[in-house]
Amino acid sequence: MFEAWIPALAGGVLIGLSSVLLLWLNGRIAGISGIMNGVLLPKSGETSWRIAFLLGLIAAAGLYIAFVPGAPQPRQGFSTTGLIIAGLLVGFGTSMGNGCTSGHGVCGLGRFSVRSLAAVLVFMATAMLTTFLLRHVWGLS
Amino acid sequence: MSRLLVSALVAGALFGLGLAMSGMTDARIVLGFLDVAGAFDPTLMFVLAGAVATTALLFTPILRGGHPLFASAFQVSNLKHIDAPLLAGAALFGIGWGIAGYCPGPALAGLGAGSLESLWFVPAMLAGSLLHRLLFR
Repeated sequence: MFEAWIPALAGGVLIGLSSVLLLWLNGRIAGISGIMNGVLLPKSGETSWRIAFLLGLIAAAGLYIAFVPGAPQPRQGFSTTGLIIAGLLVGFGTSMGNGCTSGHGVCGLGRFSVRSLAAVLVFMATAMLTTFLLRHVWGLS
Repeated sequence: MSRLLVSALVAGALFGLGLAMSGMTDARIVLGFLDVAGAFDPTLMFVLAGAVATTALLFTPILRGGHPLFASAFQVSNLKHIDAPLLAGAALFGIGWGIAGYCPGPALAGLGAGSLESLWFVPAMLAGSLLHRLLFR
């Protein structure tokens, strides 16, 4: 039996509740790439809440990973070149496609957006294909 | 501090907590899910299921409620059409996600844990986003 499903499901519900809270109270979508891009290229009146959200995210994750016994630790030692190429693609792609796993995935699917479903199917497919090629065809990672 | 900032901070903290608790901040677990031909790790499936079940259940009644509690209107995309930038952007994002196993949330969350991988990935991600804005907007 796969044992990590309890913290996985509970963590997923917390992510969902975060999105629900931000929509219910502030009327905003908890899409991380959109929030990040909004800080990068600020629009008046829409910057401080985004900074507050990101600070909350970074601090809470950091505290959990540092202090909760048995918390999953971030991987270390992946190729720096790989990280830079991947980062460029993720930044470029989420800006062009207006969203990532949270905006299109968690929030878009939650409001039954066909546009978001299309995005999710495409990025899941290219991600799985990329991992397949890197690991099983080219033996690179 | 305005209540809009407090609610955003609390929502962000819940998000970060969810990412860390579920293991999404460990890119090995994410790549384990994407590697369907290898030792498949279903963790991400449970995370997405828990998150989408929650939003799918609660978003509709909230959006029917007229306006948010602390603001005058919902700011939700009303785009409907599936166009080339959406599909090309999603495809490029997926390739980057499949290379290193980071999407934006977990990469930022790693900064809080002082992860060296995040310190390389996040600036590159910001540069990629800026590059798109410079080229296309």
